[in-house]
Amino acid sequence: MHTIFPLSLTGIGFAPEGVPVLDGIDLCIEGGSRTVILGANGAGKSVLMRLMHGLLKPTAGVIQWNASQSRPHAQCMVFQRPVMLRRSALANVAYGLKLAGVPLAQRSLQARAALERVGLSHLAERPARVLSGGEQQRVALARAWALEPRILFLDEPTASLDPAASRSIEQVIVDIHGAGTSIVMTTHNLGQARRLADEIIFLHAGRIAERTPAAEFFQHPRSPEARAFLAGELP
Amino acid sequence: MRDLPDSLSTALGLVGGLDAKVLDIVALSLRVSLSAVLFSALFALPLGALLAVGNFPGRRTLTVVVNGLMGLPAVVVGLLVYLLLSRAGPLGPLGLLFTPSAMVIAQAVLVAPLLAALTRQTVDDAWREYREQLHSLGATTRQATATLLWDTRYSLFTVLLAGFGRAVAEVGAVMIVGGNIDGVTRVMTTTIALETSKGDLPLALALGLILVTLVLAINALAYVSGAWAQRRFG
Repeated sequence: MHTIFPLSLTGIGFAPEGVPVLDGIDLCIEGGSRTVILGANGAGKSVLMRLMHGLLKPTAGVIQWNASQSRPHAQCMVFQRPVMLRRSALANVAYGLKLAGVPLAQRSLQARAALERVGLSHLAERPARVLSGGEQQRVALARAWALEPRILFLDEPTASLDPAASRSIEQVIVDIHGAGTSIVMTTHNLGQARRLADEIIFLHAGRIAERTPAAEFFQHPRSPEARAFLAGELP
Repeated sequence: MRDLPDSLSTALGLVGGLDAKVLDIVALSLRVSLSAVLFSALFALPLGALLAVGNFPGRRTLTVVVNGLMGLPAVVVGLLVYLLLSRAGPLGPLGLLFTPSAMVIAQAVLVAPLLAALTRQTVDDAWREYREQLHSLGATTRQATATLLWDTRYSLFTVLLAGFGRAVAEVGAVMIVGGNIDGVTRVMTTTIALETSKGDLPLALALGLILVTLVLAINALAYVSGAWAQRRFG
């Protein structure tokens, strides 16, 4: 199968209207792992993910997928607040398939299968916007998963959810990864980062302070910024 | 001229007795204004959505113009459509002047800015919420526009009702291009204006009562449908 990896960022800067948010980012994502981006508020985590996903254009540097500058379809993003269309949960999942060009005849079946995988078959016909926050986020994950992306970006997917709902989202993320999708996510929940991450990218003030395997990061962070962050000295 | 209570009781008699003449006038009003809103919507709703979603030069200017035209005086619209349809005008050969079709055209033009401006506002609110998600899923501008129009359908129904309320209640445009011809182009508002000046208050009052009831019913419908959609779909 044609691969979209590596995702490489070279000299990436992002400074809308001259205000620097990210600067000098060099990063290569080989695929296969679960990468968690940590950092204080305003460190540029969400912006970095939006640049990688293609929602934002860098003001400096080059982003390449497997040495090509075109943005591949095999990548999805799930946001902090799930955006549900005013239609059923099933139709929300099918909508993503429609935009991806899946023929009408197959959409419903694939959408049902995706809802099944996130454990929401029983809510398929319910209007998505009246579901609970956790259920909506699982619909959003199903919508992304149905597209069988090679890489999934998650921007604080559990930030507005209670612990039980967060754990169910974490399980879905583990399952998606297990089915062969690379994960890149941000979180403010260090416990979640410990549970999910294979590696940590630590951002500080718009730069990558360190990139370390997760086990090592939580024991012996290399950068003083990360040490301070883990010790709770940074906000 | 008879006094008010007397006129009122005659008027109520006309309404209650389903007077044929009154019914014809009401039916023509509904037909003209409903057609006008539907034709107008075909153009104004996509325009409003495009003003919210699109990214083209002159979008802001056009938005300001459309918003400003919401206050367009009905008589001015009537005059412009009259000039277009009059025998010497560019559309004169169609022979539409002083027909219900001319009234539909005039009211469609009249409500188009209102529909477009309210649609733009509605779609813009939704677009703020959906924008990243739709871009993330790879929606084109066209697909996003269609999605937003469909997703705001209950709010847009209210927009259509507002347009209908404006159309059915205006006098100036239909008076000029319709000519207020008895049995042909006479609608509620023009009849009220004519009968009042002639002194036939009962007919004017009867139509006035129906018109006010209709406008209140439209607003009630807008409110109820909005509340229902909110409960049902969030």
